[in-house]
Amino acid sequence: MQFLVITLKRCGLGLGLLLAVLVLNFLLMHLAPGDVADSIAQDAGGLDAEVMAQIRKDYGLDLPLWEQMLKYFYSVAQLDLGYSFYYNQPVTTLILEKLPATLLLIISAQVVSILVGVVLGVIAARKPNGVTSHFVTILSLVGYAAPVFWTGIMLIILFASMIPLFPIGNMVDVSVERTGFAYMVDVLHHLVLPMLTLASIFIALYSRLARASMLDVLGSDYVRTAQAKGLSEFQVVFKHALRNALLPVVTTAGLVFSGIVSGAVLVETVFSWPGLGTLAVQAIVARDTPTILGILFFSSLVVVVANLLTDMLYRIIDPRIKTAETSEI
Amino acid sequence: MTDYSIRERSLQPTVARVEHPLIETARMFAGNRAALSGLAMLFIIVVVSLAGPWLYPTDPFEMVWSPFSPPGAKGFLLGTDYLGRDLLAQIIHGGRATLAVGCAAALLSVFIGITFGALSGFYRGWIEEILMRITEFFQVLPTLLFSMVLVALFGASLGMITFAIGIVSWTGVARITRAEFLKIRELEYVTAARSSGASNTNLIFRVILPNSLPPIVVQAALLIGFAILFEAGLSFLGLSDANVMSWGAIMGNNRPYILLHGFTIMYPGLAIFLTVLSISLIGDGLNDALNPKLRKR
Repeated sequence: MQFLVITLKRCGLGLGLLLAVLVLNFLLMHLAPGDVADSIAQDAGGLDAEVMAQIRKDYGLDLPLWEQMLKYFYSVAQLDLGYSFYYNQPVTTLILEKLPATLLLIISAQVVSILVGVVLGVIAARKPNGVTSHFVTILSLVGYAAPVFWTGIMLIILFASMIPLFPIGNMVDVSVERTGFAYMVDVLHHLVLPMLTLASIFIALYSRLARASMLDVLGSDYVRTAQAKGLSEFQVVFKHALRNALLPVVTTAGLVFSGIVSGAVLVETVFSWPGLGTLAVQAIVARDTPTILGILFFSSLVVVVANLLTDMLYRIIDPRIKTAETSEI
Repeated sequence: MTDYSIRERSLQPTVARVEHPLIETARMFAGNRAALSGLAMLFIIVVVSLAGPWLYPTDPFEMVWSPFSPPGAKGFLLGTDYLGRDLLAQIIHGGRATLAVGCAAALLSVFIGITFGALSGFYRGWIEEILMRITEFFQVLPTLLFSMVLVALFGASLGMITFAIGIVSWTGVARITRAEFLKIRELEYVTAARSSGASNTNLIFRVILPNSLPPIVVQAALLIGFAILFEAGLSFLGLSDANVMSWGAIMGNNRPYILLHGFTIMYPGLAIFLTVLSISLIGDGLNDALNPKLRKR
């Protein structure tokens, strides 16, 4: 019951944050030089003042600011994020078309980096002076210092150009029509390099975190008790220690989601992955403000939802805080 | 007589002299080989970037040879870019803008972060509530997208780029500062200072802040690296000041040609990689030197 109450409370907070993103969006739209009338006039090669005024009236730009803001909230509540003049489509349609590709990239990168990172971290923690431990140290330095798009380009040159194992970009091979299973395999084949590129930053982060927290936990009393009871090494490490050592990883996984979305923008651009990031870059080149702000809103939505899920996961892993007010450490 | 001198000697304190914390930190840092090599590397990079234009006066914007000459051709050590401009000159001249934007953006975010963290950790109550909500808001905001929007809407000048990076990267500093303030404000010497009549401003700036600096300094060092990566990302997407050469801008310029002429991207990327690597080596070294408890890890 309390679990439900806290979850609802968190949802409320998330909604508040999204509302704040909308306010910010609205302000940006108004602070930005030029409005809809200006861009229509530019497309038409210049309009006279009367027509411009009419356009502003049609779009409700002559209303007081707070009224415009309420109208904006109302339309967003109906999933209407405006119209893109560049693509001649409603922004919501555009975004929903591209969202699955981005989600696939983000989620697979997150899952792979957590898995690989935790495994590396655990191995490193069991032998703090072993080869894996040094490897983790070097990996975390390199993973942090290399610009993610540069890593991507180097991977393309290595594994798509010099050794043609993977395609250089895009999400499907457009030259062949595929359906069903063959289509999925094709997408996965295209996913490998971008996913690894995006995961590279976070593998570094998680392996370092997992190593540190595992070292902490392995030195604690209850692990010694478990060892003294004669449990196998495997049981001690994976059933007793890991559960606690995972907590910092889960906390961080929630915190870095906005970073993953940022990384995805760059990775998508490098690999021409047809997701929100590529769309955002195109929209920025085309100065298509409604689309850019729509993407900003939708990606904030993704981060908020991801944070909610992480928070719930955290409560499931750590029963101690199942009923606590907040998971903030 | 002899007796007296012996007694004088015995008055000498028997415990070892306590080192000044800064000297201890410096000694710890100097014993860290990785951190020292990072410092040396960064020193070279900074010197070359600052003195580069005199050492290697070729104009990075001037077309000197045919486009995409491979490294070594015609005396151009790293070859030429898509317009036939000397890549080495671009990298040497571009370091200035990259480092300047990195430092300025890090400074801005440290400033915002300390303000938010100190106020919310010191005053608690509704101030903390509001400031922490704002911090949460910036944690949720997809940082790169937001900066892209800012730069795209308000113009790609160096100042705007710096602002766009600084305004999104301060949440870590705020969280760390707040945690330190929450911890230190309960300590006895703070209570002592308060009861001897120290004002709130005094407590914040002269009592608590100096004692919470170590983790903030480490975070600030790492932020410079982060800001450099961020600037490179923005420039790579084409959001760079067209009148200023920077490492990110070189990569952004040559982005369409990565498959045929990878070297035009590899070298500037390497420069960024080495810079951020040296900064994070220094950051790690500082962390170890400032937190003796962590040293055993």
